[in-house]
This record gives sequence, structure tokens and C-alpha cells, in this order.
Amino acid sequence: MSTTVPTMGLPAAVDASLALRPTVWMRCLRFVRREPLGTFGLALVIVMAVTGSMAELIAPYNPTANDFSAMTEAPSWAHLLGTDQFGRDLLSRLIYGARTAMIVGLSSALVGGVIGLVLGVGSAYFGGLIDLVMQRIFDIVMAFPLIILALAVVSIFGTGVQNVIIAITIPLIPRCARVVRSSALAIREIPYVDAARACGFSHSRIILRHMVPNVMAPFLIMITASVGQAVLAEASLSYLGLGVQEPVPAWGLMLQGGAEEYASTAPWIAIFPGLAIMLSVLGVNLFGDAMRDTLDPKMRNR
Amino acid sequence: MRKALLAACLGLTAWLLPQAAEAQTPKRGGHLTYMIAADGGPSLDGHRETTYAVLHATAPFYSVLIRVNPENPSSTTDFTCDLCTEMPKPSADELTWVFKIRQGVKFHDGEPLSAKDVLASWQKIVSPPAGVASARHASFGMVESVTSPDDETIVFKLKFKTMSFLPSLADPWNFIYSKKRLEQDMHWYEKNILGSGPFKLDTFTIGQSVKGVRNPDYYWPGQPYLDGFTAIFAPKQSVRVEAIRADRAAMEFRSMPPAAVEQLNKELGDKVVTQSSDWNCGNVLTPNHKVKPFDDVRVRKALFLAIDQWKGAQALSKIAVVKTVGSIVFPGSPLAATKEELEQLAGYWPDIEKSRAEARRLLKEAGQENLTFDLLNRNVDQPYLIVGTWILDEWSKIGVKATQKVVPTGPWLDAMRSGNFTVALEANCQNIVNPIADVNRWMPYNVNQENFAGFLDPTMIEIYSKLVPETDMTKARVLMRQLEKRINDEAHQLMVTFWYRQVPMRSYVKGWKISPSHYLNQDLANIWLDK
Repeated sequence: MSTTVPTMGLPAAVDASLALRPTVWMRCLRFVRREPLGTFGLALVIVMAVTGSMAELIAPYNPTANDFSAMTEAPSWAHLLGTDQFGRDLLSRLIYGARTAMIVGLSSALVGGVIGLVLGVGSAYFGGLIDLVMQRIFDIVMAFPLIILALAVVSIFGTGVQNVIIAITIPLIPRCARVVRSSALAIREIPYVDAARACGFSHSRIILRHMVPNVMAPFLIMITASVGQAVLAEASLSYLGLGVQEPVPAWGLMLQGGAEEYASTAPWIAIFPGLAIMLSVLGVNLFGDAMRDTLDPKMRNR
Repeated sequence: MRKALLAACLGLTAWLLPQAAEAQTPKRGGHLTYMIAADGGPSLDGHRETTYAVLHATAPFYSVLIRVNPENPSSTTDFTCDLCTEMPKPSADELTWVFKIRQGVKFHDGEPLSAKDVLASWQKIVSPPAGVASARHASFGMVESVTSPDDETIVFKLKFKTMSFLPSLADPWNFIYSKKRLEQDMHWYEKNILGSGPFKLDTFTIGQSVKGVRNPDYYWPGQPYLDGFTAIFAPKQSVRVEAIRADRAAMEFRSMPPAAVEQLNKELGDKVVTQSSDWNCGNVLTPNHKVKPFDDVRVRKALFLAIDQWKGAQALSKIAVVKTVGSIVFPGSPLAATKEELEQLAGYWPDIEKSRAEARRLLKEAGQENLTFDLLNRNVDQPYLIVGTWILDEWSKIGVKATQKVVPTGPWLDAMRSGNFTVALEANCQNIVNPIADVNRWMPYNVNQENFAGFLDPTMIEIYSKLVPETDMTKARVLMRQLEKRINDEAHQLMVTFWYRQVPMRSYVKGWKISPSHYLNQDLANIWLDK
């Protein structure tokens, strides 16, 4: 007895092409082949994420423990990247600092991105007065550079990891919303949205089920770009003494105080956190660019 | 040949001597730019405030009644007149002091200054009306009355004779204000500057800079030597060091840590000179007794016992402006505790492991084994942030998880004044070394408004009231130990290392002399530039 699989009347060629749809691994391999820089960026991001999330297992020392017998020690086998003015192991602080950067960077980018996504799509979908008011509000918020706005928010809410996340999230919202809105405006005009309306679907169902999935490409690109911006903003706020506070290990904070004071006598205190910030932002940005190239249909056939 | 050599030597000497004399003669003119290691104070009223951020910006505009001799600022007994005509002798019972006030002195708005202005200022300091804060009110518990029988005379009557009267009177914060302005509004000086000092206000941008120009009507002949000054607020040390290195500023008057001093000396060579002194100043840990669980003496004492002051002071002296372990009295003073006496007090035990074991036991007994809280700290690198970071690590060794809440000077003081904190790292900085006057800083808030710990302690007041009139040093020492032990037994507050002052400055700055206080000698009248 034989079983016939129904083909729903699809032509044989189409059926064959479906059978050859690339697997996830194939797509990853293609990404690696086409985007070597993006892959390098992804590798940096993965290293940062792994070290940050497994800091307790990787870090050789307690990152906040003072050791007065090892103050401003140069890199050695005991302390691979040297120690700071309190005798704290710089490598351990960098590893834990990756966690702070990841928490702040990812949280700010995700929360800011998701809120921006909903507001951006909603604004495009409803249009009219709602769109007009929201866009003018975004204009006002975007008139301030990210770091200035974050400074203002921190001065209102105070310092600390949570407040830094809030401070960075707020400026990211309109940036994401503006990009997403432009894509959503085009999608709003596609007939299936009219069809959904005609079927009597609720606004939230149309936005969340039918429009949001179709703006995911620009959204993901914005998210990756925002992570880099957020990491940099966190480092800047901490450097200015307005972000996380000692003894929390954070890269920007490591550049403040001791790094400035000992720049000539113990330069490793400044060099390694600076490198960590540079590599992490570079990694996120390279990966973001590659994502854009991969997801943007116009760039796909370069 | 010999005669020729002798003549040459004599000729050279004759040429060099006037050169040397000329080098020491103050030159008139020039503009001094200096840095203030802070971001501005809560107000401009010297009677109300306690931070150098205010004093270093405002002292050049004001006169005082008497002051420590500017040529001998480290002295504890050398007081000279500023607005008075001569230092008076007290009455036979040493309870009445009569000061004659200079005539012809003018405020910067042209109004004449008389003893009535001096009286109004001193009444505001000694017995401020309700709603007006006076940070030094508690220093004048010995004053029965201040009166002014005429426009040239001011009379202080004391309740008892005491060694602390003249040093308290010479406190550099005791600015003389205009009676007219005070009568209009007792808070006027919180937002305005109007004095009779060596410099007149040009501009004041809060948190940024202050500029002063020479007061042509200044009453000390020839002074001030400078045409004017600019003080720039910069809480970040690196900014201040760079400013001095690049000669954008000549100095800062507070202090710099060893690494910065070393760096400037190395890079600038003989273009910079450094003056050093022990410092009548140190950090204080202040738990808020009105907030749970810090109302429990066991919790407070545990926090103190966790700190290894002996090892910490030694290590931190390499990176911060701290040096000496001490308690409520300036180390080195005859009334200060010896090392053996200190080691009996909580927070100074020589065996730190034993001390921390006791701290853990106390926390367990108080049910606070997982204690977490915010340490309120000031956004000033030296030494607040360094000492704060060190203390947090010390506390982590007894299982206390504390984080730092770092805020600028104004909000830091406001938070303490309003009681909106759990534990604060503050400072105890005095001026002329005078332990009996200095320790009023530790008195409960019903005696000293500027004690933010929020406790009441009649026993302390009883000991202090015996100490203040005591003129026998041996008896005063015994009373001082009793007071110290009481503060420590109740774990009201803890002194955390005294500081050490190092002031590097451009070598062209002349006339200024360092003292154990960064409050003294700050009117800039005797500073001149050898350019």
C-alpha cells in the first residue's frame, strides 16, 4: 500500500525548491562566508556574553577585593592584566565589567527597542493626530544627544545600574520608533492589512500579529546598533561618575579616577578597560552592519 | 691678586643682596587662578556652611573680627586683628573681652561698616533666630552675651573662662555681614555676596567659577597684592592636575594625593613647589540613628569593628590624602589619645580578625547578618571616593553588602541635613587646632545642629560641659578620654583616618603659607605673584 503526499497542486519545481530550503546551519555558514567582519563582530559579542555570564567561573579573583600588597602592580603571571590602585585584579574586573556592560547594553536596547517598536508601529497604523503628536514628541526627545539626555535622566533618578538602564533606554525609544515607523507606513498600505481590518480584527491584533512581524528586519538592525550605543553610553556615564558606582566593576568606571591619576605610572589601568570598551562596541557594530546587509533585501544581492 | 678677589666677592655680594631682598618684596598686580576641588556648595553663607567649596570661593570677599596670623597660620595661639584695632586683654576674671572696631571700613557697596554690623553678624553666629542655621553656634556655648555699646566697640561676655574662646572667635567662617542686609532678610547671604574683604565680587557662576577684583578701599595698607582672582570649580582631580600642569591655574588650596604631587614635581621641576602639613581633618562614618537598623548600637559597632584602620591608613596614604589613625582629637595634640589608648576603642583594635569576629557576632545577635544599605558619599575623589570604596570592601568581610550612593556636594549635605540617608561618609575638618573647641563637632544635634547622626546623649553633654571650662590640661585630658570612650561605646560616629595636606603650586605664587587647616589663610590678601 502506498501513501501519496498531497502537494496542494504546487508545481513540481516549486515543490523541489521547498525541499532545498537552507537549514539554520547552512544559513550560518553562508553568513560566515559572506560576512567575515560581521562574524568577527559576532565572535567578540559571544566572547563578551560568555565571559560576562560565567564571570564567577572565569575570573581568577574577587573583582572588588582590595589587596594592599599588590597596589598598581604591572601585568604578571599572578595578575595577567595587572592591578589597580586598590590592588584589585584588572582581568577579574574586566570580566565582571563585561557582565555590567551586557546587562546595561542588552536591557536598554531590548526595552527601548520593544517600546520603540510598539510605539512606532502603532503610530504608523493609527496615523492622523496620534501619529502627529507622537512624532513631535519623538522630535523633542531626539533633539537632545543620547548622552546629554541620559545625563539629565540620571541627575533626576540618581546613579546605580537600574537608573543607568532607565537613563539609556529613554533616548533609545524614539530612535527605534522612528525607523520602525517608516517601515510600518509602507506595510500599512499593503492589502492584507486592509483585509484584516475588513475581517473585523482588533487594532492590537492587526498591529501585533500582522504588522510587527513584518518590521522585524529593521527592528533587529536597530537593536544591534542600540546595544553598541548603550554600552558606550554606560561607559560614558560611569566615566563621568554618574553611572554605576565603586566598587561595582564597570569599564567606564575603571577609566575614571585611578586610570587618569596613574596614566603615566601604571598605564595598564587605563589601557585594558579602554580596549574592552572599544572591542565590544566594534563587535556589536560590525555584527549589526552584517545583519543589515543580510536582512535587507536591497543589499542581499550585492 | 687677593685684594682683587676680595673686591670681586664684595662686589658680587653687594649686587646679590638687593636682588635677594627684591625677590622677597611683594609685587603688586597679576591675576591668580586656582582650582576648587568640588562642584560648589549648597549656599554662599559662611555662617551656615561647613565645606571648603564655599569657603575657598567666598573668603576673599569678607572681613573677620580676628584671625590667626597669616604669616604664622600653623600657630594655635598667634591671633591678630582683622577688623579690630588691637587684640584686647580680657578683664581680670577673663570673662569680658572688649574689641575696638576699625573706623573707615566700607562694605563693597560703599556703605560704612561699624560695630553694629559686627554685632549683627556675631548674633547670627552665636544665637541664630529660629529657622536660621549656624554651623558654629555650638562653639560658643561659653558666650553669655554679645553687645555693642557704641559704633566702635563690641563686647563679648562669657559664662566661664575657657581656652577655646579665642580660637573659636578666630574661626575663618565668621564673616562680617551687613546689618542692613540681615535685617532685610536673614537668608540674604545664602544667595548673595557682600563683604568688606580684600576682593570685590566680579562674577559668580554656581558650580563653575568665581571671579574677584581688588578692593581699592581695603583697610590693610598695600593689600591685596593681586589685581584679581578666578577660582574654578573642578571636582575631578585629573582636571585640576592638568590645569596646574598647563599653567591654566596656579594651584588648589586643599590638597593633592602623593601620585599627583609626584607627577607635577617630576614634570614641572622647579616650576612647582609643594607645601605639606598634618591636617586637622578626617573622614567620619555617620550612621543615621533615626533609621533602622542603625538605631541599634550593635549594628553600628559592628560596622566600626570591621574596619582595619591601622592597615588601611598606611596603604591608602600611597593613593589618597590620608595618613594618620586618630580619634576625636587631632593626633599629636596633648589631648589626643595615645596608640595604646586608641587600641582599646572599637574600630581601632590591633587584632583585626578578633575585631571582625566580634562584628559578626554583634550582627548575628542583632539579626542583621544579611545587612545591605547605601553609603551616602560625596562626589569628590580625594579622599571621599577612595575611603568609601575601601570601607565597602572592609564591610564585605563581615558579610555586609553596601553600595555607594555618590552625589555632588550640595545634595550630599542636603541629604544629611534632612536625614535622608542610612550611613554617610562625611568629614570632620576644623581650623585652628584646638581640641576643646573641635570636639563640639561630635556633640548631639540638640547641641550641634551640624551633627547629622541624629542622636541624643545627655551623658556626652555632661562630660562636655565639664571639659569646656577646664583649664588644667591633665584634667582636660581625662575628660577628653571619657568623652571619646562614650562616643565609641555608643558607636555614635567613627573617625576614619586623619588626612595629610600636600599643596603643589606654581613657584611664582608667593606669600601663602600652609597650615593644618584648609580653611585658614584663604582671604588671598597676602598672596602675590613673582612673575
